[in-house]
Amino acid sequence: MTVTDERPSDAIENEIGRDRRRKEDQRLITGRTRWTDNIVLPGMLHLAMVRSPFAHATITSVDTSAAKASTNVVDVFSGADFGEELGAIINAWPITPDQVTPAHSPMPSDRVAFAGEIVAVVVARSAAEARDAAELVEVEYDELPAALDLKKSAADEVLAHPDLGTNKSALWVFDSGEAGTGGNVEDAIAKARTDGIVIEREYRQQRLIPAFMEPRSVVVDPTGEQYTMWSATQIPHIVRFALAATTGVSESKIRVIAPDVGGGFGGKLQVTPEEWIAWAVGRRLGKPVKYTETRSESLMSAHHGRDQWQKLTLSAEKDGTVTGLKVELLADLGAYVAIVGGGVPVLGAFMFNAIYKFPAYHFAVQTVLTNKAWTDAYRGAGRPEATYAIERLMSELAAEVGVDPLEIREKNWIKHEEFPFTTVAGLEYDSGNYEAATAKAKEMFGYDELRAEQMARRASGDTVQLGIGISTFTEMCGLAPSRVLGQLDYGAGGWEHASVRMLATGKVEVVTGASAHGQGHETAFSQIVADRLGVAFEDVEILHGDTAISHKGLDTYGSRSLVVGGEALVKAADKVIEKAKPIAAHLLEASVDDLEFSGGRFSVRGTDAGMGIGEIATAVFAAHNLPDGVEPSIDSEATYDPVNFNYPHGTHLCAMEVDTETGAVKMRKYVCVDDIGNIVNPLIVSGQVHGGLVQGIAQALWEEAVYDDAGTLVSGSFVDYLLPTAADTISFDIEHTTTPSLTNTLGTKGVGEAGTIASTPAVVNAVVDAVRHLGVSDIQMPCTPERVWRAINGPGSGGSTTEAAMPHFDAEGGQA
Amino acid sequence: MTRISLTVDGASVSDDVEPRMLLVQYLRERLGKTGTVIGCDTSNCGACTVHLDGTSVKSCNVLAVQADGAEVTTIEGLAQNGELHPVQAAFRECHGLQCGFCTPGMIMQSVDLLNTNPKPSEEEIRLGLEGNLCRCTGYHNIVKAVQHASGQGATA
Repeated sequence: MTVTDERPSDAIENEIGRDRRRKEDQRLITGRTRWTDNIVLPGMLHLAMVRSPFAHATITSVDTSAAKASTNVVDVFSGADFGEELGAIINAWPITPDQVTPAHSPMPSDRVAFAGEIVAVVVARSAAEARDAAELVEVEYDELPAALDLKKSAADEVLAHPDLGTNKSALWVFDSGEAGTGGNVEDAIAKARTDGIVIEREYRQQRLIPAFMEPRSVVVDPTGEQYTMWSATQIPHIVRFALAATTGVSESKIRVIAPDVGGGFGGKLQVTPEEWIAWAVGRRLGKPVKYTETRSESLMSAHHGRDQWQKLTLSAEKDGTVTGLKVELLADLGAYVAIVGGGVPVLGAFMFNAIYKFPAYHFAVQTVLTNKAWTDAYRGAGRPEATYAIERLMSELAAEVGVDPLEIREKNWIKHEEFPFTTVAGLEYDSGNYEAATAKAKEMFGYDELRAEQMARRASGDTVQLGIGISTFTEMCGLAPSRVLGQLDYGAGGWEHASVRMLATGKVEVVTGASAHGQGHETAFSQIVADRLGVAFEDVEILHGDTAISHKGLDTYGSRSLVVGGEALVKAADKVIEKAKPIAAHLLEASVDDLEFSGGRFSVRGTDAGMGIGEIATAVFAAHNLPDGVEPSIDSEATYDPVNFNYPHGTHLCAMEVDTETGAVKMRKYVCVDDIGNIVNPLIVSGQVHGGLVQGIAQALWEEAVYDDAGTLVSGSFVDYLLPTAADTISFDIEHTTTPSLTNTLGTKGVGEAGTIASTPAVVNAVVDAVRHLGVSDIQMPCTPERVWRAINGPGSGGSTTEAAMPHFDAEGGQA
Repeated sequence: MTRISLTVDGASVSDDVEPRMLLVQYLRERLGKTGTVIGCDTSNCGACTVHLDGTSVKSCNVLAVQADGAEVTTIEGLAQNGELHPVQAAFRECHGLQCGFCTPGMIMQSVDLLNTNPKPSEEEIRLGLEGNLCRCTGYHNIVKAVQHASGQGATA
C-alpha cells in the first residue's frame, strides 16, 4: 500500500497564493472530455424540438401524423399528449407577494408566448432523423398581437398574456428614508434644483445573450431504479430539487449530473423546458433520450440577460458632493418569469450607490412581461446594470462641475479609514481601499500623459480623438446569507456544503456542492485543502457536479464558489483535524492537550514524536487500535452559511480612440487594479478578469439581441450576434491591491463577475469622453460606428438598434 | 450511402456514410472522436477545427465524403507517445483555457498558424485566430499561449 503521509519537501511553501497550473487542463487540451453531448447509451433515442415561429399565437392544431410515419421516428408528442407529468418551469424568487407570474409549461398546448417556444417534440433513432421529421410536424396557429417594446409593454398597450390582464409583473421598491438607512431623496433633489446640481439621464441596458460556447444538452436515462439526468447546467442540485417538486418523482429517485460543462455565465443557471421535456419523454418511453440544441435554438430560447431602461436622477451640491440618487427601472422579463427572473434587477438594487456616500437613495424596479425570450442572470446579474448607471452618472457630474472624473469620485467615495461602512442601501462594506487601487491604476495607465495627449489632439482638431473612461466599481458577491435571501423572499438559502474524506492510502477526496463549468475549482479547492490539512496538492481530488456524489449543494453562480464553497471546505477540513486529534493522542500515547497540528503532522510538544494525518487515516481505516468510544472515521462535512456578502472593488481605466469622421472606435489601452482580497491562485484570477473584461467590453461595443417588429430574433446566429474575436480585442494590464475580506477565514472576495461589472461603463465613458467636446453626452450601447457617428453629427445618443433591424421582407412581399 | 476510407489520428478507417454527413458528425458519431466538438451551425465558432491533410479546416464545413482518401488529425491525435504537442503544453502553461470547449479548435488552429508562421507577432496571432470564438478567456492568455509555443517567451 502506498501511503502518502507527508507533503513533499518541495511543497513546503503555502499552496494558497501559488500560480498552480490547472488540474482540469490535461483532459481538456487532449480532447478526453465528457460533455453531455458526448454521452451515448444503449438504445438511446434522439429528440428534436418543434418551435413556434410566432412571438404570440394560439395553437389551433398540431398534426404529427407525417412525422410519426417517417422512417426511424419512434414517436412525436405535443403538449396535449402530456398532462401534469410534464411538470412546470418554476420561478424561485417572487420579488413581491403580489407578483403576477404566468404559468409556465415546458411545452404549452394552447398558446405560445415567444418565438422559439416548444410546441412538439420528435423522438427518433438518430438526431438527423429527428430533425428531418420535425419539419413534417404541421402546427396551425392563430397569430395574436405581440408585446415587444419594453416601454409600450409597461403601458399595457398589448398584453403578453391576455388572461393576466396586465404586463406589469412586480414593482419592487427600496427607499432609504423609509428603511431608516438614509434621508428622503425627493427632499435632496428638490434642494439641488434650487441651489445645487441635478443630473437626469435615461440609459438603455440592451438585451444580451450569455452565449456560452457549449450548446445546452441533456441526456435522460430512465433505466434502473433511479432516473439519471446529465445536463449542461450550472445547477445540478437545483435542477434535481425542481424536478422532484414539479414532476412528482421522489427526490431520492433522481440523480442529476453536470459533467464537463462548457461555460455558463449565468446562462446555464436555469431550469429549462428542454430538460423537462427530455425527462418526460424518457420516462414515457422507458428509454434513454438525448437532446442537444443547435446554436440558433440556444440563442433564441436559452435565457437572455440585461434589458432595462434606467431612469436616473442624481442630486449634488454645487461643488459636486452627492446628496441623493433616485433610480427607476423598467426590466424586461420576457415571456415568463425565469428561475431568478425579477430577482436580477433586485440584486442590483443595493449597488447603484456603489462606493459613494449618498445620504439619500430611492430604488424602484417595475418588471414587465413581453413576448420575447425570457431573461435571467447573465454575468454580474443586476450589478453590471447598477455599476453602468452610477459610473456613467459620476462622469456626467464631473463634466457638469468641470473637474476631472477621478476627482469627483474621490470627493464622494468611502475613505479607507471609514470601513466598516454601512451604506445608504443598508449593506455593511467590511473592507476596501479605493485610494490605493486608484493610485496604482493611474500610475500603470499613465493617466496624466494620456490626458495631455487628449488635450493636444483636441487642440489640433485631430480627426481621431482620444477619450479616457473611468469605472471605480464595487460589487456584492458571495450569494448569499440565507437570512438575507429570506428577507428578500428568495425560495432557497445561500449556504454551501463540503465534505472531506480521508482515504486509507492517505489521499484526500473532497466533495463540494459548488458545480464548476470552467472556473478551475479542482485546482483552487485542492490548494485550499492542501494547505489546511498539510497534504500534497496532487493528493487532493475534488469531486463535484453529481448529486449522487455531492448530495447537497447550491451550485455555482454569483461569485459564490470560493467565498462560500471555499469556506465550507475550510470548516470541513478543520473538523477532520479535530476528529483526528484524539486518535493521534491515543496512538502517540500523549495527552490531547500536548498535541499541536502543523504542516500535516500532529506532534507532541517538546518531543520528536509525531504522526502525519495520512498515517492517522490509515490507522483509522484498519481501526485496530482506536481510543474507546471513538468511531473509526475522521471524514467530515460542513455546511456553511455566509454571515455577509463581500465587496470586491477596483479602478478600471480605459483609453479609446474615436474616428470622428467615421464613428469607428478602437481600444488603445485598458488597465485595471482590482481588490479581490487574498488570492488563492493568481493565474486563475487573471483568467477570470480577462474574460470578464471582454464580456463587459462586448456589451459596450458589440453585442445586442435584436428583435424585429414581428418578434423574431434577428440576431439568432453567430453571424448576427456579434461575439468579439481575438482580432477585435487587445491585451490588458491587470494588477491587484489587497484588503482581505473580513467575512470569511481566507480573506477572499469573489472575482468571477468583477471584470464584466466594471468594464462596460469604463469603455462607454471613454467613448463619450473622446467626443464630449463635440456636444455628445451619451451614446447608446452597443457603441457601433453608426451610432457614434450619429451622436457626433446630430442630437441624441445615436438611435436604437431595434428600429434599424433589417426587415425580412420588403413592402411588396418579396424577399429583401 | 457512399463508402469512404481515410486516416484519422493515424488509424485507417472506412465507413458507408450519407452524402450529407458532415465531417464533424462522422468524427463524433461514427468514430467516437468526441474531443472535437460542435459549437454553432454557421461555421463561425471554429470549435470543430481539425487538420485535413495538414491544414486546418472547420469540420462542420466539410462533408465526410470530401475527406475520402485524406489524412485527418484531431485534438486527440496531436499528442505523440504520451507527450503533449508544444501548443497543448503552452495552453496549459499560460492558462489559455477555462471551460475548455473552444480549446480543441483553438489549439488546432494555433498549430496551423504556427506551421505557416513560426514567429507571429501579436497582431498576426489575433488575426490568425479570428475564426475561433472563445467566451471565457477574453483571448488574452490564448494569445500568450501561442506566443509561448512559438518560443517567444511570454507567460500568463
